[in-house]
Amino acid sequence: MKSPKVWTAMTAGAVVLSLGLSACGGGDDGDGEGGSAATKFDAGSNGIVNPSDKKGGVLRMGMSDDFDSTDPGDTYYAFGNNFVRLYSRTLMTYTSKPGADSNKPSPDLAEAAGVPSDGNKTWTFKLKKGLKYEDGSEIKAEHIKYAVARTYDRGVLSHGPAYFPQLLDAGDYKGPYKNKNLDDFKGIETPDDYTVVFKLKDPFPEFNELVTFSGQTAPVPPDKDKGAQYRLHPLSSGPYKWEGDYQPKKGGVLVRNENWDASTDPNRKALPDRIEITAGLEANEVDNRLLNGQLHVDLPGSGVQDAARQKILTDPKLKANADNPYAGFHWYVPISTVNIPNVECRKAIVYAADRDAMWRAYGGDVGGERSTSIQPPIIAGRQKGTDLYTSTAAGYKGDVNKAKEALQACGQPNGFSTTMVYRSDRPKEKAVAEALEQSLGKAGIKLTLKGYPAGTYTAEQFGSPSFVKKEKIGLGTYGWAADWPTGYGYLQAISDGKAIVPAGNSNPSELDDPEINKMWNDVVKLDDAAQREAIYNQIDQKIREKAAILPNVYAKSLLYRPQTLANVYFHAGFGMYDYANLGVTG
Amino acid sequence: MTAPIEVSGSETEAQPEAVLAGVGKKAIEGRSLGQIAWLRLKRDRVAVAGGIVIILLVLLAVFAPLVVKLLGHPPNEFHQEHIDPTLGSPTGKFGGMSGEFLFGLEPGNGRDLFSRIVYGARVSLLVGFLATVVAVIIGTALGVVAGYFGGWVDSLIARTMDVFLAFPLLLFSIALVGVIPGKMDILPFGPDFLHLVSLEGNTLRMALLVFIIGFFSWPYIGRIVRGQTLSLREREFVDAARSMGAGNGYIIVREILPNLIAPILVYSTLLIPTNILFEAALSFLGVGINPPTPSWGGMLTQATSLYTIAPHFVIIPGLAIFVTVMAFNLFGDGLRDALDPRAR
Repeated sequence: MKSPKVWTAMTAGAVVLSLGLSACGGGDDGDGEGGSAATKFDAGSNGIVNPSDKKGGVLRMGMSDDFDSTDPGDTYYAFGNNFVRLYSRTLMTYTSKPGADSNKPSPDLAEAAGVPSDGNKTWTFKLKKGLKYEDGSEIKAEHIKYAVARTYDRGVLSHGPAYFPQLLDAGDYKGPYKNKNLDDFKGIETPDDYTVVFKLKDPFPEFNELVTFSGQTAPVPPDKDKGAQYRLHPLSSGPYKWEGDYQPKKGGVLVRNENWDASTDPNRKALPDRIEITAGLEANEVDNRLLNGQLHVDLPGSGVQDAARQKILTDPKLKANADNPYAGFHWYVPISTVNIPNVECRKAIVYAADRDAMWRAYGGDVGGERSTSIQPPIIAGRQKGTDLYTSTAAGYKGDVNKAKEALQACGQPNGFSTTMVYRSDRPKEKAVAEALEQSLGKAGIKLTLKGYPAGTYTAEQFGSPSFVKKEKIGLGTYGWAADWPTGYGYLQAISDGKAIVPAGNSNPSELDDPEINKMWNDVVKLDDAAQREAIYNQIDQKIREKAAILPNVYAKSLLYRPQTLANVYFHAGFGMYDYANLGVTG
Repeated sequence: MTAPIEVSGSETEAQPEAVLAGVGKKAIEGRSLGQIAWLRLKRDRVAVAGGIVIILLVLLAVFAPLVVKLLGHPPNEFHQEHIDPTLGSPTGKFGGMSGEFLFGLEPGNGRDLFSRIVYGARVSLLVGFLATVVAVIIGTALGVVAGYFGGWVDSLIARTMDVFLAFPLLLFSIALVGVIPGKMDILPFGPDFLHLVSLEGNTLRMALLVFIIGFFSWPYIGRIVRGQTLSLREREFVDAARSMGAGNGYIIVREILPNLIAPILVYSTLLIPTNILFEAALSFLGVGINPPTPSWGGMLTQATSLYTIAPHFVIIPGLAIFVTVMAFNLFGDGLRDALDPRAR
């Protein structure tokens, strides 16, 4: 699948440094005595803080930089997909509930979840009747077909996910901007105004999840489309509409859409009367405004910067207004199966790794939780797994003796030398590399560290098998988050041999194992989610048995919610607060 | 600044009797240019202070392993037991400064900051010094040739200098360092045995830094040398040598170059700090020395995101760079005053 460039790109900047941090796995509510009873540290991670149904008020959202696009069909950031729910409805959307339930697809424009036929190759959705755009015209099946068709033209819409062109059986269709005749697009059929039928090339069991995660099935009437400029004022099908146009790098205002019918939409509370968005702020300025109440929400939702983090964690009053949920990422270290072909040598690396230092690199408890399985905890059906060749015990510094035994078995009793790469503009990854250089060195594995810019790292260096081979790269820092929270969404791109590509490769271990590949070929034919999840967990186990990935931490973010923000909860599907259901008090 | 030599000089000139009276007691010796300069330099306290700091820094860099063994811990050793795991800051006061950790600890990894500063001096001084040597060799050679021969040779070299000065050096070095492979043959062609000489890892990075910085800072020296040569070649002693049949090579090496030593020495001393700063800038941008080898610029990069947590981590490497650059600049200024008071 397509790499979540999105996430990677989003966190590429300084933002990444500050992925928040605090963990607490369970009952640790820190020094919550500073806040009121309702606002304890991390209360929003599993429940609703300040629950409210009160309509009215102005919700102010801000961000550094900007959206990749405000066009629902052209955004790939998780926060973009979260935000466009305010003014666009899709076939399916995430359930709006706190906790693990929010991961489940829920019908939005559709009456019910899509129905598969023809061995998961045909998916049929029925639309609710009488739904309207902001201009009062009716939403029709053909508009969804058009919306999907326009995602085929990467020259016009370059940011969004590219799943539909990969999956749909549409020949070499080039998109509606090059071919005005929509009947030439064979990937979707619309037998009547309220039926959408997707035709797939190959069996694909998680199509409901796929149409849930992005805004690409939000309807677009062909006569209103303005290509790349459509993003400035997409025609609203949701509870809000743009007042005038959105101004990139500056911001815009959303006001109520009177043609939206709340009774058809259980997933959006739409509490505020007005939503003001300010873009292009400096990252630390966003935090300052959040802390002094000028802003309610930091849009990217990846957590506060280091300066604010320090302030929040050392002040019990502020800490009570912060949440520390799983951010969706697992930061781990792929080990090249090409440059280190012997599994015993890879095991030696895992044995020798100083997990304590690697965990500290991401900011201790608040930054992340030491990982066991490859799939992070927010993945549906994920089993915790057990430590293989390593330990998640507190203070575990690696096992030099076991590592030396593995080196013996590998036929390299004196160790070996290899290169480790990392993203030079990410201090946390540099700290991981330095920690491994030290701890692997004790077992005789000599690492040479090389940093590359985050902008090219996943595409041209660690993500390029020819580069990895030429530079004899043995391991590197990496992070991955799923587009949608299932084992397929998380593991396929990083472990299926078919997923290895010449550039932008998301499987830097280059794991191409016949056993695992066969599991991937078989799993897509299964209808039952529980059966699939069992296989995903087996694949997870196999990856670790083959020591193709050295686990590190499940990322946690530190989100701040001002006290004037109401109805706040962490949404696991988006990995941040649920923007369509926030309210304001006072 | 007054030139001290003039004071003693005026004394002797103003009181010829006294001078004569002195004859017999102690013979007046003729002082060479070098001696005069040395005397002037010695009396310039600021320059002497700069010089002492430079000598200390060089000693510190050369004997880094010994110094660290006596006063610190190995520079790459983690001491995370003194670090708060969540905040990443050292648990002690003032960044964990104590008798055990003189400059405190690095946030996060908990490495001994004193040891890293001492080892960092090696990188900064070595790169700064070698890059200057490269610049001086290229700059002097081309500057003399341009100034002496004039004509189209001069035009060609002078324009080349302009091109180099106008080059977006920082961008170029970022790109270049990004594309170099992990291992490189010094001579990528020729018979097999030459391929044995290859560089890799940090040796290669160092060599590359020296090359880039030196290769792009030669025009500063080159222009000065060319200017001086232009005036020198018209002087009588050059004419004299030429009239006696001396060749161009002889004149350049024996007549002109010795007269260029003073300005070259002065500007080299002033170029070293510039190059140290440039190395720090490259390390700051992440294209310098590979970790875990400590370098001052690299430490500053790391510190920028941590200044609220561990202010000492910004201040100490910053001070190290400041003191070094300041010392070289003060010494360089003093040297210039001593060698050529009129050049001020």
